[in-house]
Amino acid sequence: MNGRVVRAVVPSGPPVRILVDGGEVTAYTGESVLVAVLAARNALRQHEFGDEARAGFCLMGACQDCWVWLADHSRVRACTTVVSDGMSVLTGAPPGFDRRD
Amino acid sequence: MRRLDLTAVIRVAIVGAGPAGIAAAGVLAAHGVAATVIDEGRQPGGQIYRRARAGLALDIDTLFGAEVPNYRNFHAAFDGLRGRIDYRPQTLAWGVDGKQLHTVRSNEADTIDFDALILATGATDRVMPIAGWTLPGVFTLGGAQVLLKEHGCLIGRRIVFCGSSPLLYLAAKQYRAMGATIAAILDTTPFAAKVGAAVDLLAAPNTLARGLGYMRALRGERVPIHHGVTLSAFEGASGVERVRFRNRSGREHVIGCDGVAFGFGVKPETQLPELAGVELRYDAVFRQWLPDADADGRCGGNVYVAGDGATIGGAEAAAVTGQLAACAVLDDFKIAVAGVDRARARRQVTRLRRFQRGLARAFTWPADVIRDLDDDVMVCRCEGITAGELRASIRADFGPTEVNRLKAITRCGMGRCQGRFCGLTAAELTAQTLGIPLEAVGRLRTQPPVKPIPLAVRLAGNSVAAARDETSAPA
Repeated sequence: MNGRVVRAVVPSGPPVRILVDGGEVTAYTGESVLVAVLAARNALRQHEFGDEARAGFCLMGACQDCWVWLADHSRVRACTTVVSDGMSVLTGAPPGFDRRD
Repeated sequence: MRRLDLTAVIRVAIVGAGPAGIAAAGVLAAHGVAATVIDEGRQPGGQIYRRARAGLALDIDTLFGAEVPNYRNFHAAFDGLRGRIDYRPQTLAWGVDGKQLHTVRSNEADTIDFDALILATGATDRVMPIAGWTLPGVFTLGGAQVLLKEHGCLIGRRIVFCGSSPLLYLAAKQYRAMGATIAAILDTTPFAAKVGAAVDLLAAPNTLARGLGYMRALRGERVPIHHGVTLSAFEGASGVERVRFRNRSGREHVIGCDGVAFGFGVKPETQLPELAGVELRYDAVFRQWLPDADADGRCGGNVYVAGDGATIGGAEAAAVTGQLAACAVLDDFKIAVAGVDRARARRQVTRLRRFQRGLARAFTWPADVIRDLDDDVMVCRCEGITAGELRASIRADFGPTEVNRLKAITRCGMGRCQGRFCGLTAAELTAQTLGIPLEAVGRLRTQPPVKPIPLAVRLAGNSVAAARDETSAPA
């Protein structure tokens, strides 16, 4: 699947590797989780109260429609959180959690 | 000597590090007052002067065009202030109690005692629901620009810019300069409305000329521009693939795309002013509730407002209102103000606000479109509440006639965004369904925290305190 977001400026910093639902994705130091995931995927997450995929909306920390789970069971707002090497992002709730939690 | 003593003891907190907040901090610093500046961003600039992330070779001249000098001046001013303010990036100010401002950074909470509080909280995009607006690939207009400015990224390859805003043309120009294909610009306001607003728009002839210049340049590059359209739907399977609209003669058109940026002007972030006890008043031109302040941003109770979070006026007006608010603080604490030509600043603000009121008429909020929204269109994207559910609730016997009641019954506005993106629509729907004026249905009240904060935050003293649960949105 091609990404949704396009990097218009060639990233110069060192690449970092993150996992998105277990699959490896290359991102760049300083990028947001939102950019890293959407450069490789169509969407960020599933809506809590439906089957819709969501890919964020306001891109400035106001709409809260880009929250994703991390494998350590924490949740982050993808548009304002910076990627780190080895970060493991889940587009759905981790096992044992309900996505409405 | 008395002046110096007072300066040493006044504690000023500023929320926001865009043009208004930093201009205020600059005036205060020039008078020996080191303000504490709370910024949700990683770097100063707000949304308008958002800096590229570290290590990104973004060509600022290409991106900012005629705005380059303003962008550079802003960041030079901030750099010059660095040692003279207490700048706290990535910090959310989530509540105000009396003379205390509550903040959280990562999982660390803090409380800032202040003598004066300047709220320069800025604004978000004003949006209205359109069928398909929750599809991946549909973003706010301001958000599309922020992604480009901070990350050098485009929301897609082939973009439709739509809604009603002068920023449609600027954003399209920026996206085109960075390599995107502009599928179309769909402006919901008829061109005639722009001509009708010309008198007020001439209050800032340079800004007007710049805007017309963008429009002309895009036309010259054969970007399809339609005025007076009605947006019918954003459509696609797993993401947006096309925009369906009716042109001004009512004929239906479909344009293919893989990204949509839309917005209808801006919506001030009035949550913190409200929590700080500032009265909000209804503004009939903007059809929104704005903080009640005097000409310098003074709201009473040692609270001051500046920038687009107070009265919509754009970046240049924001900087001047920031200076005026800082001067008002100095006045109120009997510190003599030097080096600011206040008469000139007030004239400038009046002029730019008149221009912005002209813009509100040239780029209207199409309230009547909300009346015609299909029942199955989602209004509240957090909780998944449709226009039909809201109408059914409003029409029921003893149904709500006020938006906070509507929220309690339907959950519309109760989600994580706290009604930032559905509140205006919920109010318009209520007023239209009942046939009463918009101001009569009120506005969604703010509850702290103004944005979700972690379940457990650590106080600066290291003790563990349970704060509000991020997932249990305030009712």
